[in-house]
Amino acid sequence: MVTATVNRDFPKLRTNVTQAQPGLDPGRQSTEVRVQAKDFSLWYGDRQALRNIAMEIPSQRITAIIGPSGCGKSTFLRAINRMNDLIAGVRTGGELLLDGTNINGRDVDVVALRRNVGMVFQQPNPFPKSIFDNVAYGLRVNGLVRRSGELGERVEEALRQAAIWDEIKDRLHKNALTLSGGEQQRLCIARALAVRPEVLLMDEPASALDPVSTAKIEELIFVLKSQYTIVIVTHNMQQAARVSDQTAFFLQGELIECGGTAQLFTNPSDKRTEDYITGRFG
Amino acid sequence: MIGFKRASFDQGTRWLTALAAASIIVILGILLGIITYYGWHRISWEFLTSAPTHGMTEGGIFPAVFGTAALVVIMSVFVAPAGVLVAIYFSEYADRTSWFYQLSRQAVNNLAGVPSIVFGLFGLGFFVQFVGKGIDRAMYGGTLHYGQPALIWAALTMAVLTLPVVIVSVEEALQSVPRSFREASYALGSTKSQAVFRVVLPHAMPGMLTGAVLAVSRAAGEVAPILFVGAAYYLPQLPTKLTDQFMHLGYHVFILSTQSPDVDATKPLLFSTVFVLLALTFLLNVVAVVIRARMRWAHRSV
Amino acid sequence: MADVVYPVKQIALSRHWTLRQGREWIIDKFIRVNAGLAIAIVFLILIFVAREAVPLFYEPASKVEVGLGRMFLPQQYGTAEAPLHYVWHPVSTVPKYSLIPLLLGTFKVTLIAMLFAVPLSMLAALYTAEFAPRWLRETVKPAVELLAGFPSVVLGFFALIVLASWLQSVFDLDYRLNAVNAGMALSLAVIPIIYTVCEDALSAVPRRLREASWALGATRAETAFRVVLPSALPGIFAGIVLGFGRAIGETMIVLMASGNAAITSWSFTESVRTLPATIAAELAEVVFGSPHYRVLFFIGLLLFLLTLALNSFGAWVIERFRRRLVGE
Repeated sequence: MVTATVNRDFPKLRTNVTQAQPGLDPGRQSTEVRVQAKDFSLWYGDRQALRNIAMEIPSQRITAIIGPSGCGKSTFLRAINRMNDLIAGVRTGGELLLDGTNINGRDVDVVALRRNVGMVFQQPNPFPKSIFDNVAYGLRVNGLVRRSGELGERVEEALRQAAIWDEIKDRLHKNALTLSGGEQQRLCIARALAVRPEVLLMDEPASALDPVSTAKIEELIFVLKSQYTIVIVTHNMQQAARVSDQTAFFLQGELIECGGTAQLFTNPSDKRTEDYITGRFG
Repeated sequence: MIGFKRASFDQGTRWLTALAAASIIVILGILLGIITYYGWHRISWEFLTSAPTHGMTEGGIFPAVFGTAALVVIMSVFVAPAGVLVAIYFSEYADRTSWFYQLSRQAVNNLAGVPSIVFGLFGLGFFVQFVGKGIDRAMYGGTLHYGQPALIWAALTMAVLTLPVVIVSVEEALQSVPRSFREASYALGSTKSQAVFRVVLPHAMPGMLTGAVLAVSRAAGEVAPILFVGAAYYLPQLPTKLTDQFMHLGYHVFILSTQSPDVDATKPLLFSTVFVLLALTFLLNVVAVVIRARMRWAHRSV
Repeated sequence: MADVVYPVKQIALSRHWTLRQGREWIIDKFIRVNAGLAIAIVFLILIFVAREAVPLFYEPASKVEVGLGRMFLPQQYGTAEAPLHYVWHPVSTVPKYSLIPLLLGTFKVTLIAMLFAVPLSMLAALYTAEFAPRWLRETVKPAVELLAGFPSVVLGFFALIVLASWLQSVFDLDYRLNAVNAGMALSLAVIPIIYTVCEDALSAVPRRLREASWALGATRAETAFRVVLPSALPGIFAGIVLGFGRAIGETMIVLMASGNAAITSWSFTESVRTLPATIAAELAEVVFGSPHYRVLFFIGLLLFLLTLALNSFGAWVIERFRRRLVGE
């Protein structure tokens, strides 16, 4: 009974995600892996939040992470750019590799890591500065711009990439907090893109926004895929199905299943995944 | 229905406690009323900008205003950076469980409770006798320049006295900056100091201003610390060097009250001086409260 | 796990001492060192006040004139018919350094101040925390803060010029400036402290405790006395301790309003001299390094240590209280 329901309902949710990949280099055959988790665990003090996660995040694809609240999906996301380090008493085990380097290793410079792995948060959090200064912040702080004219160029490039340039090009020096919620979030995306990261992490980027803004952001993510590796955490399964190439299902700190989005939503191999997708819990 | 005894106990308590609160307000009203009534009519631009004459029975109080201003400016130069840095440590860098943090906290609390006269002794024993005389020995071969009561020592003594006030205000301002700003900064690859100085501190600027204003307000009114560290009663000229002595509004009130040869003749001037001091103090406090309230409103749940 | 292919371009993540990291280390250390400033200052105050006071006990000139015994034990001053045991009169042919009159004066003034301040502030705090409607609470609290903003020299002025005359005419006193005058003015400085701490303590008691009591049919007053007050007691106690510390150390008000006569008596309507006022009044004319000078610094040292102990104790009580309330 349940299987039949699953097979019947999900074709509706599926968009043509697995077919044409705009922007992908057609010459590339094998899938490069950007981020790899090998038996990765994480503890907040005595409480284990992530258990032996093993998964790969392929380059220039969108990977979605879904699961009920408290399952560790945000924790895993934040482990990739070591934002968890800001919390006291955090310990990790196993390996989390970015391009082959263990990011939790002794030699790793966290600040450089965070420049290469950008993050967009659930609540838009632009700085209380001008729009220009917001986008320029990452560039200034990392000393990425030498020529004086280059700063303006990079800011424009980032705002164009975030599909917000036309709307705000006349108000670059206005305070960022005067923008609407959806605009602020796109500004935060621009801000993250300005430093040209390799990987972009997005923690429920549209959950605080109205449906129109959400659609704009999803469109944007889709376009960005060609240049960036994107990992997106979402509690909205339909969004995951719409947008991602690969989906991972987390439950209580464990990775239950990870695979191609179409495959996972139409024919999940684990019963728990199926239960979550069909709304039995969550 | 509750019994008569219980009801009257409730009523009685209400009245008694309300009476206590009302008494305080009445006392406040009397204080303000009398000072305003007797002090108000002499206030004019002239009063504030001219010097005292006729043995302090007439004229204005400009030298005292100038001296107070000079004291406060020099004090701020020292106390503002020091207080801000300590507040940054407390708010952004400290490990709350470390002994160093606990000890620093305790020290700031204790400093806030030290009697003002002890600060005066400190000013004398440390700044004047130790530092001042030391400078004289090293730079002037022993002749008296810095080893005596001076504006600079009074300013430093006041800086030490108002340090806790600044620290507490600035720390509150830093804490009220939402966490999300810091997170966003780190996620863009900033170091801790970049996050603190480029994002958190600018946003906490109103709070820092509050701290500075409250410190200034204290410094204008505290007299005991500067009794023997630089304040003087009648100076023929305004202070021009750091080693000069200076006149001070609070000190002026003190001397006029207790050491005038003819108290009745000086009374009008005295009341007016008190009025000016009080008005200044209140103006500063109101400014500080307004800044703080606006900052709290602007930072409400982001 | 399938064979993994990594892209050729590696992200440089390795840590080597870049300029940025060096700069960050310096800034971090600088901030931490600076934070020790408060600790350093407290120590400096202790050291440099003690530095001027401690020679009292070993310098030959001082040992002859003054000693712990002379300061605290009864002496044989005066004549056989009219003996005076405790006299503070450092500037005379036979210098007398008994601290007892000063301690007595401090005690009298502080007692009066606390007698006025404690009931007034506690009851007022009880009113604003338990009985007052919101608009009234928003009026009283700022009013008390306004009172806190009065410089002590202004309160001293008021006591000297206005209050003293009023007291003298109403109660027909012999001396215009006395312990009662100073004590009452001092209470005005102490009231805001006790009020604020008590009000915080009362407000910190969780609302649900009050609601439980009301739901059982207790009146507001009964709830206040049986439920709220006992819970807030440590905080109230700390407030009183802090106010007491302030009262002991206050200088200007007492200097201006108490008459400054170091008399050994239990009368409250005579002039008195307190410890802080003594320092303020006499330090200006004292010879640097003389026994008198050293005794004044010694008094300052006593005050410093005493208020340090009182404030630490008060802060400790408040911290324990807050922890207990949070753990509830």
